[in-house]
Amino acid sequence: MVSLPTRRRLINLASQIGAVLTVCFGLFWLGWILLTLVKHGIPGMNLSIFTQMTPPPGSRGGLLNAIAGSFFLVMLSTLIGTPIGILAGTYMAEYGETGWLSPATRFMNDILLSAPSIVIGLFVYEVYVVPSRHFSALAGSFALGLLVIPVVVRTTENMLKLVPNRLREAAAALGTPQWRIIARITLRASRAGIITGILLAVARISGETAPLLFTALNNQFWSGNINQPMANLPVTIFEYAMSPYKDWHDLAWAGALLITLGVLGLNIVARTFFRHRGFGN
Amino acid sequence: MADGTEALTEGSSNVPRRIPEVHLNVHFVADLLFENMTRFFALLVLLLLAGIMVSLFIGSLPAIKKFGIGFIVNPRWNPVTDEFGGLVPILGTIATSAIALSIAVPVSFGIALFLTEMCPVWLRRPLGTAVELLAGIPSIIYGMWGLFVFAPLFRDYGEPWVNSHLGALPFVGSLFRGPPMGIGVLTAGLILSVMVIPFIASVMRDVFEVVPPLLKESAYGLGATTWEVVRNIVLPYTKIGVVGGIMLGLGRALGETMAVTFVIGNSHDLHVSLLMPGNSIASTLANEFTEAVGELYTSSLIELGLLLFFITLIVLALAKLLLIRLTRLEGARS
Repeated sequence: MVSLPTRRRLINLASQIGAVLTVCFGLFWLGWILLTLVKHGIPGMNLSIFTQMTPPPGSRGGLLNAIAGSFFLVMLSTLIGTPIGILAGTYMAEYGETGWLSPATRFMNDILLSAPSIVIGLFVYEVYVVPSRHFSALAGSFALGLLVIPVVVRTTENMLKLVPNRLREAAAALGTPQWRIIARITLRASRAGIITGILLAVARISGETAPLLFTALNNQFWSGNINQPMANLPVTIFEYAMSPYKDWHDLAWAGALLITLGVLGLNIVARTFFRHRGFGN
Repeated sequence: MADGTEALTEGSSNVPRRIPEVHLNVHFVADLLFENMTRFFALLVLLLLAGIMVSLFIGSLPAIKKFGIGFIVNPRWNPVTDEFGGLVPILGTIATSAIALSIAVPVSFGIALFLTEMCPVWLRRPLGTAVELLAGIPSIIYGMWGLFVFAPLFRDYGEPWVNSHLGALPFVGSLFRGPPMGIGVLTAGLILSVMVIPFIASVMRDVFEVVPPLLKESAYGLGATTWEVVRNIVLPYTKIGVVGGIMLGLGRALGETMAVTFVIGNSHDLHVSLLMPGNSIASTLANEFTEAVGELYTSSLIELGLLLFFITLIVLALAKLLLIRLTRLEGARS
């Protein structure tokens, strides 16, 4: 029979060992996935990735059109989603202290933040692809833009709420109209935080595949037309990885490494940027 | 030149300069416009959710009319005879999410416990970042890694073990018996668990941090061990938030698409064994939507999407309500 203090100490020790093990468990997967990516991705990484188009099976090629298409889609969807997100977030932080609209929007926005992205793709398919009768880069940008909005709304609102009220009062005492207080003072004061939010949103959508499957589709060739399907990295990776061809697998791994480096890089940049430039947390 | 100096002296005289009426009107109108513009976009975000719901409902009307409520319990999915039932994808979604949560919840709890109670301060930030990086990896990467790296290893080493050990259990044994193929519902659930760990762990860490230090220090002062503090102080204080975090992870797991699509096997046959290939709602959509021919096929797929959206909506709303309640309680107590 173990004495009570020993038993308590043993239980405590067991729980602490368990906690350490779970941390190792988490880090183990992170390390394994990253190592796999590097191991399979590096051999496929060469200059032709950035200079040649996606090839038909059996011949050599690169990912140029997919990379360019992804850049374009992400840029366009950020341009669509960011203004909407910032304006909605501004209302919730600056005007929404009273009334029902602001809490209701916050609630719905938080749900939208974790809603399945494939359903967003379905929605854009229903309201844009079906009426316009073709898959297009524009539809893909709408879908990704809808994923940008909730992230930007949330950071804008949180950041604006961190701006001390003294700033608003000082400006108002000088006779500044409210729209100028918001546009020139509070939004400017929370710029660093909002930019961080946008960077995180960009990081999130750059790797999104599901909403593009039924909107932007994919394209074997170069396309500069936003009313046509456009090549993009995630869907290309998906198609190539699911194919039986070895060359395509190698390209898919190289693309996967590129995307992961991009997304993780953006995440880290956003966080360090905020730590140095932002206030509070 | 002369005019400019005149205006300057006039402005700095003791008589306050009157703001022209036009100017005030302009600002009044601008204020009104700005406020209503931001309100419009806030409303837009609010209506987006309803819009998604309505458009998916309209899209799935043909399937709802044809199959009615029986859609949910019909296991047959046959595009050739135009007969569609969603039972297999629905069960697959539930099974993968259940497997994912049963692994992710204890692991996330351990990680949160380590980060809040045991971790040396210098290690906190790097570890927190590592967990967040795990959340940042795109799901398609998990899928590729699962298909090419994890599945073959799991087939050779994991599934034989599952067969001989878990398969021998009474009652639940039949769930774990089957040919080792590497891909299947179990593999999808395991990969999903790795994906949701960071989401649950970061919420748990955040709610553990709201426990007032005074309470914990009192317990430590009475001689409680770390485990006893967590078990008797932290957990009771934060249980609503912990459940909220778990629901948030569940919401993620239900809707996860790419990682599952790669490894679940995409089969519409109903099997008892988790080792057999199956399908989830999201993976069915990803695989079949662009190739669906005919109105009924497309609208059955949209109905699946509607079901998925509805389920996640309820789960996420519950999670949110619980987390809001935790912050309210905290406000009332302090």
